[in-house]
Amino acid sequence: MILTEQKPLPEIVEKLKNEKKIFILSCEGCPEGADTGGAAAVNNIKSELEKEGKIITGVMPIDFLCQKSLIKSRVRVKLNDIKSSDAVLVVACGLGVQASTEALGKICYPALNTKTFGGVTGMWQGTERCDACGDCVLEYTGGICPYTACPKKLLNGACAGQSNGKCETDPERDCGWELIYKRLEKLGQLDRLYKFIEPRNYKKMLPSPEIRKTNLWALDEEVV
Amino acid sequence: MTSEILNKKNEKAAKLESSLKDVLEKGKFAVTCEIGPPKGAEDEEIIATAKILKGIVDGVNVTDLQSSVMRLGSLATCHILKDMGIDPIFQVTCRDRNRLALQSDLLSAYVLGIRNILALTGDYPTTGDHPGAEPVFDLDSVQLLWAIKRLEEGYDMAGKELSKKPSFFKGAVVNPGSDTEAAFGLQLIKMQKKIDQGAQFFQTQAVFDAESFERFMDRISKMNIRVPIIVGVILLKSERMANYMNKFVPGVCVPESVIKKMEQTEDKASMCIEIATELINKVKPMCAGVHIQALGWERHVPTILKNLDLL
Repeated sequence: MILTEQKPLPEIVEKLKNEKKIFILSCEGCPEGADTGGAAAVNNIKSELEKEGKIITGVMPIDFLCQKSLIKSRVRVKLNDIKSSDAVLVVACGLGVQASTEALGKICYPALNTKTFGGVTGMWQGTERCDACGDCVLEYTGGICPYTACPKKLLNGACAGQSNGKCETDPERDCGWELIYKRLEKLGQLDRLYKFIEPRNYKKMLPSPEIRKTNLWALDEEVV
Repeated sequence: MTSEILNKKNEKAAKLESSLKDVLEKGKFAVTCEIGPPKGAEDEEIIATAKILKGIVDGVNVTDLQSSVMRLGSLATCHILKDMGIDPIFQVTCRDRNRLALQSDLLSAYVLGIRNILALTGDYPTTGDHPGAEPVFDLDSVQLLWAIKRLEEGYDMAGKELSKKPSFFKGAVVNPGSDTEAAFGLQLIKMQKKIDQGAQFFQTQAVFDAESFERFMDRISKMNIRVPIIVGVILLKSERMANYMNKFVPGVCVPESVIKKMEQTEDKASMCIEIATELINKVKPMCAGVHIQALGWERHVPTILKNLDLL
């Protein structure tokens, strides 16, 4: 079970301030189990966004958003709605946001912060990596995580150590920031990179006492 | 307070200001050099190199555990230079210190009279002699500049007020010779972000090719970037060194033509001086200054500066 927390609603609204038409993709896997996704949570986010004047072009729950093939086959019926939207809000862990961005070719905003993997990784089998940092910024980097794609975890762009697109730490490893640059270039969203990102808040990485008290955190200690 | 004491205080304050800043503001061509502290608890080598550079350069960078190799610290070395009457440029990387230690070292630098900061990301630890060390990178170089700006405004990163504000002349680094279009685009965006967060001058990664440097200067002039650019020049000691750097030093690329020149001569020192003089002469009209990385060949710096009419 991957444990997530919903981003505060004002933060979601702030992130989406330049977007009008929004499609919501939600994961029915771990977030539903953790009560951060599922119908009730998604409806709550939806009505809050509508109050802010956003147009919700559709809501689609998918079993496991960490599965790109599943996303691609399920969204087919809603493809026009997604294409006509300004952005997609993804109610899933970091892996789900990364997989959705790659599968849809559209900027996906995270609605949740991923706190811990609790030892397992959902149905994830792809190249995506999530650090469970608790402060997801995947909309800014086009769905490629700067914490896991860059060994230096740089938030404001590449260092000067890359050589022919490869990382200074390993000549066979792609420079994560070049991947981010190319993805955003493809999406026509390079301007996003000019935004200054403040230092990461490591405190958010710590699971809250509430999470630690649940049986999801310590399955072997508390069996319901 | 008598006027005599007041004068003395003013004199002391004037000495504390950055002479590098003064030179760049007056539009004079600036010359900086650098010192890499030794691996050991001694200062003889630093003092010997500093004596060569004193009076002939406008500032001396002190590297911060360059290439992730454990050495004597940049802050202590800057302090030694300051005491000798040299304007030090304190290189600060994000590799080894979290935000508490970085901010604290910046305050320490200020009270020691150090006024120039060069904010860098830092090489990854695996490139150095302690490859198993924890890579810190709590901040990146843009966030470090942002943190310095906040200290100058009188607050730390947590928003707590400082009893006295420091003030620095803040520099950053840019690589003008990126090898892919994406890497180049990323460098330019990051350069703009560094300026937005307070970078007042740039020193570039080592340049070996005047034409590619010119392309870089054209691009940034189109972006309306007007901060002083100090071009980085490494003194090449041999073809072996060039090949080594191409293979192992991140972000450095020595062209084949330069390597050939070195191969074909017995007198490496004269060729080194010739290559550097020719290169600096070509790039001089395009930028605000030159940063000579002599890497132990500081004794040749006076000859190069004389060749360039800078001495």
